[in-house]
Amino acid sequence: MKLSEIRDILKATVVVGEDKLDMTIEKGAGTDLMSDLLRGPTSGVLLLSGLNNIQTIRTSVIAGVAALVLVRNKTPDQEMIEQARQHDLPLLSTPFTMFTACGRLFRHGLRGVEDKSPK
Amino acid sequence: MPQLTKTFPIKARDFIRAGEVSIQIQGLLKTIGFEPALIRRVSICAYESEMNVVMHGGDGTLTLNVDPSVILIEVKDDGPGIENIELAFQEGYSTASKEYREMGFGAGMGLPNIKKSADTVEIRSQKGGGTYLKMCFLLSRGDGQGTGK
Repeated sequence: MKLSEIRDILKATVVVGEDKLDMTIEKGAGTDLMSDLLRGPTSGVLLLSGLNNIQTIRTSVIAGVAALVLVRNKTPDQEMIEQARQHDLPLLSTPFTMFTACGRLFRHGLRGVEDKSPK
Repeated sequence: MPQLTKTFPIKARDFIRAGEVSIQIQGLLKTIGFEPALIRRVSICAYESEMNVVMHGGDGTLTLNVDPSVILIEVKDDGPGIENIELAFQEGYSTASKEYREMGFGAGMGLPNIKKSADTVEIRSQKGGGTYLKMCFLLSRGDGQGTGK
């Protein structure tokens, strides 16, 4: 799914990364727990998070997240914006809650990081 | 494969800069040209241990050592030490304050994540005596591909 489609589905504002809207993202993850993000196969994912601080950016960079969406209209501060720019990390903000944002993307075909459903 | 040793200071409770050292290390490893999966494993270990020092430790250092057969990360701090190392490696066990949890940390996954990502982990710590953590990433074929763990 193109980042531009993700923006439209989530009615999101693009804070950083207007030039990267052609990027294709295959999988998504949603968490406010940074160690959960580092635990999983989250390289290249779209991350949805309600955690609005500089560590969300740094953890995303370490984990290799492709793009970050802050849910519930969270507004990143200037330091976050600068760090996202510095590390080429697209940063968006959506008015939807985490649950609704994940659901909308899933309905349009974006899947999670699981290889298959656990038995 | 270039040989490299570099030591970075880590300051306790400095949440403005917390994580910068690990991002520098990630950049250095990319410049050297290691493959992405290995860089991710090393970066995750550096970051989890850096955050541990910032949140739980005292001032400390992180040393990156790259040689033809192994990448080593050593993290030392002069903080209060770990009272029960076995518990600290248990998934979900955490001594983090509410403040750290609100920042997205303190899920009790730091050391378990390190154990999962590094090829070997050595830790020495005692209450009141600081903590020393050594993480090894083997470059088994000497070609930078790592063990594919």
